[in-house]
Amino acid sequence: MRLSVIDAERCTGCQICMFACTRRLGYAGMGKTAIHVKSVGGMEHGLSVVVCRACQDPPCAKVCPEDALVLRKGGGVLLDPSKCTGCGLCRQACIVSAIFWDKEAEKPIICVHCGYCAKYCPHGVLALEERRQEVSNAAK
Amino acid sequence: MLPNDPLANVLYVDLSKKRSWVERREDLFGKYFGGAGVAIQLLTENCPAAMDPLAPEAPVVLATGPLDGLFPLGSKTVAMFKSPHTGNLGESHAGGRSAVAIRMSGIGAIVITGANVNPGYLSIEEGKAYFHDATTLWGMRSSVTAGRILRQSESSAGLRSIMRIGRAGENLVTYADVSTETYRHFGRLGMGAVFGSKKLKAVVVSGNRTLEVADKVVYRALYDEINTAAVRSPVMKKYHDLGTAENIQPLSALGGLPTRNVQAGHFESAEAISGEHYAEHYLGRRLACSHCPVACIHIAALREPYQDEAYYYKTTMISYDYEPIYALGSMLGLSNPEQVLSLMDKVEVLGLDAMSSGVCLAWATEAMEKGLVTEQDTGGMKLEFGKVDGYVAGVEAITSKANEFWSILSHGVDAAAARYGGADFAMAFGGNEMPGYHTGPAGYLGFMLGARHSHLDNAGYAIDQKELIKGLIPAEQLAQKLMDEERWRQVLSSLTVCFFARGIYTPELTLRALAAAGYDLTAEQLAATADDIYRAKFAFKFANGFDFNKLTIPHRVFETPAVLSGFDEAYMRRAIAFAAGQLASPRA
Repeated sequence: MRLSVIDAERCTGCQICMFACTRRLGYAGMGKTAIHVKSVGGMEHGLSVVVCRACQDPPCAKVCPEDALVLRKGGGVLLDPSKCTGCGLCRQACIVSAIFWDKEAEKPIICVHCGYCAKYCPHGVLALEERRQEVSNAAK
Repeated sequence: MLPNDPLANVLYVDLSKKRSWVERREDLFGKYFGGAGVAIQLLTENCPAAMDPLAPEAPVVLATGPLDGLFPLGSKTVAMFKSPHTGNLGESHAGGRSAVAIRMSGIGAIVITGANVNPGYLSIEEGKAYFHDATTLWGMRSSVTAGRILRQSESSAGLRSIMRIGRAGENLVTYADVSTETYRHFGRLGMGAVFGSKKLKAVVVSGNRTLEVADKVVYRALYDEINTAAVRSPVMKKYHDLGTAENIQPLSALGGLPTRNVQAGHFESAEAISGEHYAEHYLGRRLACSHCPVACIHIAALREPYQDEAYYYKTTMISYDYEPIYALGSMLGLSNPEQVLSLMDKVEVLGLDAMSSGVCLAWATEAMEKGLVTEQDTGGMKLEFGKVDGYVAGVEAITSKANEFWSILSHGVDAAAARYGGADFAMAFGGNEMPGYHTGPAGYLGFMLGARHSHLDNAGYAIDQKELIKGLIPAEQLAQKLMDEERWRQVLSSLTVCFFARGIYTPELTLRALAAAGYDLTAEQLAATADDIYRAKFAFKFANGFDFNKLTIPHRVFETPAVLSGFDEAYMRRAIAFAAGQLASPRA
């Protein structure tokens, strides 16, 4: 299972997903969120919802010098905070900028695809779903 | 409050000295929560009576509350300042991302004093102030463009609020607003002019953090309770579906939609400018304030062809709500929905308060009809109900203070009536131009008795429609009802919770939400704090010369049949005298 952005056009920018992701750990605020919502250049033009795509072969894990990012079943990675030194290379490796920074812990924030945020999205933007079948080029 | 809650950090900024510092004010946040309760204390501390509202020393206070960042619908920032429009208490609320951004920045309130020598903007990141030049943005035609430039030059997209003024604020129009995230406004009473007097083009606030709660398990359960109530509430659904514009047709049908300067309460073209019509034909996007599941902000997509080239269009995204549709639609007799959108866009771009602008133009139109104001006064401009061109030119003339007439009108409808006559149809109360409710005595008394002279102080318009429709009650009893409602609203605006959620945040639930934020109170203590805040606001008003006995009532109120009629000036005066007596005596 992975978290998917079903339709960002439905997003109203309420950021309730960001609060949910932080609340999951027992805090208020947005300081631990692994999902971000921002405008695409003025809210009138729509919102962009940035979250880990659960890569099968994640570039973030490849650049981690401490092997702190281990492959997660179903895609993406899990962070072993005891190994992480907070170097931040993983953030640079993520082309969708879906690795955020916990400035209180000085460590990356990695989406675990639990779907807690999706439960709170009031407008059907997010869902936890089975990974869609990857279509190989040969099959096209 | 919880120990070490960053809420109690007050950021003081002195623009003249380019200096800023943070003070812990647990004395204020512990007792008054935040928002209005703390802002009135900070205003009183920093704004002695007789302060010129546009003097460099005059403060602007922005305050959030303990529920911002914790619970859904905790999304409002309360601004306080001395109003250049009324010369008295200025209080304005806005949502957008302002409240959450301030709270996430690690502060609870901002106090800005002093003035820039050259135009500048203030950037507040993680609770620290940075001073920037804004010379290039000053005088820019559109406040929306200025916002776009700031968006590109500042970091923290998605975690920030950009509060800015337009040319109206720069030019000290006393009803200029400050807009945030383009579509939400610190409207009414001229906070934009106070920014303008400080040569302060914008305030950008950003930050991110976690906040502690008293008990994690209780917090999560209470969060779910509030969120579920908000998502399921029929009132919230109404605000989501059609937005506040839903009220246009019902109010017109009842005779409560001010039309052509309140010469009527029913607008024959209400359907054309209704929430239903706009949603079906123009709604392009809905937006929400940060932490609000409702998303009441409705944005129309207006597609207009260029006249000089075929198949060449521009599409403008324009936020609409009940109040601007009333003020720039029915009040001006405009029945073409696209023209109303264009005028709303113009007002947005200039940074004017929509309600005051519409009321001023409506008065000017009637004054021209009656010959009190001539084309010689207006510089050749002709204002006619139902004709948009004069109004588009009019808001520009107000903003640029094109001549003596427009300059006077840029100080409001009372100032204009004092110079040209027509006070009987100058629709302002306590110096503030009326909102869109010609409902009856509770509505109008609400404007007069409320500390902000706003319909949102006490929702008198709702009492007219829901209660007085069954029969008028004694004036004193009505005044008491309005005061009780306003007193309770001080709690909501100190937490700071959106008034649309007032049905969800009952006193009982409010106490539990406050407990999650570390405030342990009884219902009696909460009521006493509400009264303290309410009285502190009036203490500021009295110290600055407010007098209930000096309130004037334009005669038009009694002439045009409202939703409820049959009340007269004597009735209104009895209610006002009762309120004055209540506030003159200490709490029982």
